[in-house]
Amino acid sequence: MHNFIYPNENELQWSILIVLYPFLTGLVAGAFILASLERVFRVEAVKPTYRLALLTALSFLLVAPLPLQLHLGHPERSLEMYLTPHRSSAMAMFGFVYLWYLMVVLVLEIWLDYRRDIVIFARTSKGFLRIVYKLMTLGSDNISEGSLRVDDRVGYIITIIGIPSAFFLHGYVGFIFGSVKANPWWSSPLMPVVFIFSAMVSGIAAVMLLYMGLAKLRKEPIGIDCVDAIAKYLFYIFIIDFSLEMLDLIHRIYEADESFRSLDFMVHNSLWIPHVIIQLLIGTLTPIAILGVTQIVPLAVNIRKRLYAIAGCLTMVGIFAMRWNVVIGGQLFSKSLLGYTTYNLHLGSREGLGTAIVLTILPLGILFVLAKLLPPWTSEAHHDTA
Amino acid sequence: MNRRFFITLTGAAAIAWEHVLAGAPESSPNYKIADHWWAMLIDVDKCIGCGNCVRACAAENNVPEGFFRTWIERYQVDDEHMMEPIVDSPDGGKHGFPAHPAGGSLTGANFKEFFVPKLCNHCVDSPCTQVCPVGATFTTPDGVVLVDEKYCLGCRYCVQACPYGCRFIHPEKNVAQKCTLCYHRITKGLTTACCEACPTGSRQLADLRNPKDPIHDFMKKHSVQVLKPQMATGAKAFYANLDGSVR
Repeated sequence: MHNFIYPNENELQWSILIVLYPFLTGLVAGAFILASLERVFRVEAVKPTYRLALLTALSFLLVAPLPLQLHLGHPERSLEMYLTPHRSSAMAMFGFVYLWYLMVVLVLEIWLDYRRDIVIFARTSKGFLRIVYKLMTLGSDNISEGSLRVDDRVGYIITIIGIPSAFFLHGYVGFIFGSVKANPWWSSPLMPVVFIFSAMVSGIAAVMLLYMGLAKLRKEPIGIDCVDAIAKYLFYIFIIDFSLEMLDLIHRIYEADESFRSLDFMVHNSLWIPHVIIQLLIGTLTPIAILGVTQIVPLAVNIRKRLYAIAGCLTMVGIFAMRWNVVIGGQLFSKSLLGYTTYNLHLGSREGLGTAIVLTILPLGILFVLAKLLPPWTSEAHHDTA
Repeated sequence: MNRRFFITLTGAAAIAWEHVLAGAPESSPNYKIADHWWAMLIDVDKCIGCGNCVRACAAENNVPEGFFRTWIERYQVDDEHMMEPIVDSPDGGKHGFPAHPAGGSLTGANFKEFFVPKLCNHCVDSPCTQVCPVGATFTTPDGVVLVDEKYCLGCRYCVQACPYGCRFIHPEKNVAQKCTLCYHRITKGLTTACCEACPTGSRQLADLRNPKDPIHDFMKKHSVQVLKPQMATGAKAFYANLDGSVR
């Protein structure tokens, strides 16, 4: 295989920050879908994670545009995407999908679910917190039974709207890549579907890990029924996700179009470790096998918990690797299909590893603040009024 | 209307007008935009790989070092390497080509070597224009794809969407750049810098709306192709004598 790339391809266009963007958005969509399991499908076992999942989704969604913003050559012009959007652009329309999801679905649902608590907190807390809670009530302090019934009803409707919205949010991210016909590694109608299912996998695994981790930190027992149920859903959805990725792979191999030789060479060389070893072997097949074992073999509670934690961590590694392999992998070969390039990850630059680490930790910081303000575990407001 | 209101109003109007103008291409007073539909004709057999076009383009358009609005590729093909030709383009062919590619030349049966000048294809259905989130990349009424540098976000989606590798991000301006078909020249009745510098006439600016343009006669008599026709972009860089191995 000879090595020719077009002269303008020396520079990789999309960096680790663009890897982070679908990763974070996927966590949002997945966490919301887990929350909707309880609300819409009445899966009582996952109820302890309902509010945590919503707050997790919000924390990650607030950070999701930051990598994009930092990546832009002219971030000061980014508002133009809203003011003068180009309607044929998938990227421009994503701005509206994002806003819809943030403001209409997530913020509204969280507010409705917490409104009763917020009003009680506003009445019982003191000083600065009181002002914050007062503002959060938005002037609506009626928590009569009738009023709460309306909240519940509206919240239910929003969740129903929210499920397709969550699918749309991440499916759309997949479409941004899948619709680039110039890039055979991306161009696939399966891309949005793969993104949706991988989002569900990552979001569910993230909430499961957060739930278990926070329970440990708070020295509270982990609800085994809850994690059992989450692990079961994670297992099933992971299998669908894996099957879709394999379908895409088999299709590419069997069809073997003009790009196949080039992509095949890349997978066997520069993408061998991130794609085959990390994504497929460590991050997909291993957690599926672990989760499969927990479904089939009756294991002690403590072992199950540990296996879920291991499977969850590996899943996160696998999904991040998947985003990496899509975004970075899609730029490692030349559009001439005759050569390859490499990605040099810097540590301290604006689009470097340091920034990516900060942006990954930042949502957890936001979640910490949100969880302090709006406790997702037991309703502390209930205790205060009791 | 008092003085304060008037000053505020004119200030706002000036800002708004500047915004409107930002989206308009450069124009020339006597240039009738609707009378033209620009394209480029490239005769591969005539290209000698001298690099004059690349240098002229860089000088005319102040192209940053290491990036190219036009470049030349050298292809070497023999019977064993029909699918995997050896291609090189040292510094975009700006200073011509050494006798042999860096990795050595092919030596198989039916060896052939030729040069292929590349530039933006000014596609009718250009993917770069389609994906630009703010419409900073646009097609002029006379068929030239341009970038409004005052409006481009530098998101790089257009660079990803171009199948031909014609776009790059200007390292200082942080906006997308590409061949403008020397729009500032052709709207004044001149040809492009690359065409003017080509010693063999391998490149010719063509106006598809001008019935007297020699391109019509040339296309009747020659087999003319575009790059990557499967992309269906409506490319308007037409190549005569193009080998099937060219990507």
